[in-house]
Formats: sequence, structure tokens, C-alpha cells
Amino acid sequence: MSAMTDSAAARGRSADALASWARRNSWTLGLLGFLAALLTFTKIVQPSYGMPGIQGLAISVLPLALATVAQAIVVISGGIDLSIGSIMALTSVIAASLMEGQSEEFGFAVIIGVLLLGLAFGAVNGILVVLTRVPDIVVTLAMSFVWAGCALLVLKTPGGDSVDWLRQLILGSLFVDFIPKAAVVLVVIVGIIWIPLRRSRLGLSIYSIGSNRLAAFRSGVAVGRTRIAAYVFMGLFAALGGLSLTASTGIGTPVPGPYTLMSVAAVVLGGVSLAGGRGGVFGPMVGVVILQLIRTDMTFLNFDPNLAVVAQGIILIGVVMVGSLVQLRRTHA
Amino acid sequence: MSETARPGSARNPWLSWAAWRGLFRDRPIIPLVGLLGLLVVVIELVRPGMIGPEWAGVILRAAVILAILAGCQTLTMLTGGIDLSVGAVASMSGFVVATLATGPGTPAGIAVALAVAALAGLLSGIGVGVFRVHPLIMTLGMSLVVLGFANVWQLQMVQTGTGVPDLFRWLGSGLSLGIVPNSLLVFVPLAVLILVALRRTGYGRLLYAIGDNPVAARLSGARGWQVLVALYVISALLAAVAGFLLAGLTNIAAVTLADSYVLPSVAAAVIGGTSIMGGRGGFGGTIVGALILTVLSSLLSALGFPEAVRQILFGSIIVAVAAAYTRITSES
Repeated sequence: MSAMTDSAAARGRSADALASWARRNSWTLGLLGFLAALLTFTKIVQPSYGMPGIQGLAISVLPLALATVAQAIVVISGGIDLSIGSIMALTSVIAASLMEGQSEEFGFAVIIGVLLLGLAFGAVNGILVVLTRVPDIVVTLAMSFVWAGCALLVLKTPGGDSVDWLRQLILGSLFVDFIPKAAVVLVVIVGIIWIPLRRSRLGLSIYSIGSNRLAAFRSGVAVGRTRIAAYVFMGLFAALGGLSLTASTGIGTPVPGPYTLMSVAAVVLGGVSLAGGRGGVFGPMVGVVILQLIRTDMTFLNFDPNLAVVAQGIILIGVVMVGSLVQLRRTHA
Repeated sequence: MSETARPGSARNPWLSWAAWRGLFRDRPIIPLVGLLGLLVVVIELVRPGMIGPEWAGVILRAAVILAILAGCQTLTMLTGGIDLSVGAVASMSGFVVATLATGPGTPAGIAVALAVAALAGLLSGIGVGVFRVHPLIMTLGMSLVVLGFANVWQLQMVQTGTGVPDLFRWLGSGLSLGIVPNSLLVFVPLAVLILVALRRTGYGRLLYAIGDNPVAARLSGARGWQVLVALYVISALLAAVAGFLLAGLTNIAAVTLADSYVLPSVAAAVIGGTSIMGGRGGFGGTIVGALILTVLSSLLSALGFPEAVRQILFGSIIVAVAAAYTRITSES
């Protein structure tokens, strides 16, 4: 009898755990549902939309998704970084110019070097934010000029080259048609960096300083060091984003793309509070896919591409509005 | 009390670091003007003979536009917000007038542009004030909306062609008496209006109050949302005026004309001593900040650096100035 109640209780517990997990991730689950609906809708309006379309989607999403993960980590720590696009441009041109005319093996060394540089760029941002005590938005805004200038120093015009295996890494599909390599690369990269980070002491510290800096400080979190660490991880993901730009275009472009502001938008869409301390990186990644897919759909429906920009703005505002209304009701209830 | 408690300041007030710091903290505009003067001196040393009425005219015409856009940032930053839609709104306004000038006429164009700008500002204000959307996101989204519609309008207007009206060219790039830029005709009244409104009117105090402590402001009876809606409308209208002047200065009508001014406008307000957290700052410092940034980029091009080095120095100097500023004015 007791065994039966035990198992029932265990079932109840696991159901509770599942329910609370779903509650905690309700925003991400909602986004996933929306994405599924959007994919179905895409298939209806464009019956020929299939594997090539999904592969193209995955490749075009990759740089912005990595930029968004970079932004999400900083925003969770209670900061913001407006230089992500510039760091991506800089790392992309460094990689492209170093790889030009080099062997495949040398490309591997270049990638390691570029990732280390990304860590260093992120550290510079973080150290400046912490040491100068100037608001992060101002420091990173100014640094966006610095990094973009450095990118122009490396390459004046778009150029360089990518080693072949890097390009092949994100092209096509893995095992079966419907798993694009770019998506696998994204999930693997984020999985091996973010999940251990989130479960670590450092990850908890990053959440805690974003949630309540004073409380974190009083609980013994080294606030300054943790903020710098968040920017270092930002730099790493921005460098990965830069590499993905080089991989997908085959060259390096010294002018920053629209990634900085789009990453802020996708982070908010993904359920990360700009006040810090809430959310994760998977919601923002789904948000990026949704933003891109809406663009694709509007092309299929023969909308003016300029109206797609309008739609993006309206979706961004609308989603945040709904989100803050939900939060307002929660705090009033 | 604390003044007499400091031993250094009691002995010789002019040599004490604390006294200087206190002075700078109370009158942040003094070190800024000093920095501006220093930059001018450096230019004179690097390129003797460059400083003159002509150079001043070039600087003023560019700085006026930056100062107006930085004024949008100053006002919104006082309430703890920011307005990233100024670039899109300014470009759109200049472009709309340029497309309507040949057909319905310049006054009609100006009216339409101001109305559209006010509408964009109204929507931003409602989003920020009523729905509590983060200003960064709200104005960013609004800039996408404005840019998209401006592009649609551009496609509609391909046949009619565009031309920046003579009035704007006169205002934006003309000089009176050979030295005084006509854009000051627009800027000086605007600046006086903003300065007086911030210092002397209840609305100005409400902006500071909301930025300093929104809860206290609400409990004292301030209707925050009305103040914010009005604020973002004002900001959009200011951006539209800056767009008119910019179209006149460059003689270009383009939907992305003012985009490159957005980040410098935030930087100018910050250098001018307005806190991005809200509640502290003013337009006087912002004007000096805009002048500093304009003179700085003039200096960097006078030195003959390539674009890349100019950008790097520009960014580094902004960080350095903001850091020095924070250090001097911090309370501790």
C-alpha cells in the first residue's frame, strides 16, 4: 500500500515538477508554439517550402542567433552591450584576412586565435564598464566606434577568404535532410558553453547580480568580477558570430551589420527582462528564428519588403507590450 | 558645515582638489567649456590658421543639428528613458518635405512631416508611458516602423522626384552677414525654450522628478504617463526640426540620412553631464557636449587620420571623458 502511495506521490511530484518547469519556461514554450504555427502557415502559403528553405533559414539565422546569445548573457547580468555588431565585424575580418590563401589546418589555429581575441575584446568592454563606473550603455556605445574602427584598420573593403571546411561546417544537412548543419552547430555551441555555465557557480552569480546587485554583493558575490565575466562570455559568442559571418559569406566585411540592435530586440522577444536576472538563451534563439521566418513569409506573400521592416518593429513593440502587461497584472494580482 | 570640516579647503581654497571637485560637481559646464577650449587650441597648434569665421560656421552648422538631436536624448534621459527613433524620424521628416516641396508646396510638406513625427512620438509615448514598454525597445521598434513606411513612401515617390526646398537650404547651410549660420535662427529660440522650460516650468521639474524617483513623483500626484506622452511627442518634433536642418545642410533627401547621428547624440548628452539613469543633467551641458564632439571630429580629420583611426580615437575619447566626468562628479 505504501509503495502505491509512494509511486503516486512520486508521480504527483514529477507532475508538479513538470508543471513548475512549464510555468518557468512558459514564455519559451509559447514562443515555440508560435514558431510551430508560423512554420505551418509558411507551408500553407508556400507549399514548396521544404528542406532547402529550412536550411537557408538556419544559415541566415546563425549570426544573429549567436549575437543574441551574447547579448542575452550580458542582459541577464543586468547590463547591455551595444558593441556586439562591431565586435562581430572585427572578428569576422580578422578571421577572413588571416585565412586568405592558407591551408585548412591553419584555419583551425585562426579560429582558436579569433575566439581568444573575442574573449579579450569582451574583457576590455567589461573592465571599462566596471572600472570607469560609467553606465554600460555609454561605454559599449563608445566602444562600438572603437571596434568598428579596428575592423576598418584590418580590412578597408570586404575581402579575405574562409577555409573550406569552415564553410562546409554550416552548409547542407546532417544525417537526414531536415536537420540543417547550421542549426546543429548552433545548438552544439550553445549547449557546450551555456548549459555548463548556467549550472555553475559563476552562472548563478551572473543571474544574482542581474536580479539584485546589492543583495548579491551582500551575499558575497564578487559583483565587479562577475560583470566582467558576463562581458567575456559576450565577447566569446560575438566572436563565434563573427566566425559564422565569415563562414556563411566566405569573406569578411568591415562594416557592422544590424546585429547589435536586432540582438536587443530578439533578447526581449525571447523573454529576457532588460532589468536583468530573468530568462535564458533558448527563448531568444527561438525569437531570432521567428523574426527571420516572418520576413521569409512576407516575401512569399508578396509584401513590400519595406513593410516587413514595419512588421518587425510592430511585432517587437507588440510582444514587449503584451509581456509587460502580463507582468503588470502579475504584480497587481 | 562640511566645507569647514575639510582642512585643505580651509587653508587655501584654490589649491584644494576637493574644492575644485565641488565646483565641477555644482557647475559641470565649466570643465566642459575648458575641454572645448583645449580642443580648439590643439587644432590651432596642429593646423595654424584653420580657426576662423569660416571654420566656426562649419562647426556651428553641424553642431546645431547634433545639439537638437542630443536635446531629444537629454529630455528623455532626464526621465530615465532614451529616444533611439530620432534618426529615423529626422530622416523621414526631411525626406517627406523634399518629396512634397515640388507638388503641394513646402509649407504643406512641413505640416505633414511634423504631423507624422508627432504621431510617431505619440505612439512611442503611449508605449512608454501607458504600457510601460522599455524606452530603448519602444523607440527602437518605432524607428523600424518609421523607416519602413518612409521606404514605402520613397517607392511611391520615385516618379515625382525630390528636391530639398530652398528654405531648408537657406536655413541649413546659409550664412547671414557672411559669418552667422542661419540655422542659429532656429536653434537659439529652441535652445532658450528648452533651457527655460527645464529650469522654470512645472513640466520641466516633472521630468526631473519622474527620472529621479518615479514612485515619489507618482505619490506626489504627478501623472507620469501624461508627462511621458507629451515628452516623446516633443522629442519627435525636435527630431523633425533637426531633420529639416540636416536636409538643408547636406542638400540630400534620404530615408537614412540622420542614422549616423543617433549614437553621437546619445554621446553628446552623456558628455554634457546628463545621467542616463535619469534625474540629473540639463540642456546647457548638452550643447557644449555637441560642440565638443563636432570640434573633436574636425580635429581628427584635420590631423589627417584615416577613417578607421578617427573612429577608434572618437570612441576612446568618449569613454575617457565620460569616465573622468563620472569620477569628478560622483558623490563619494
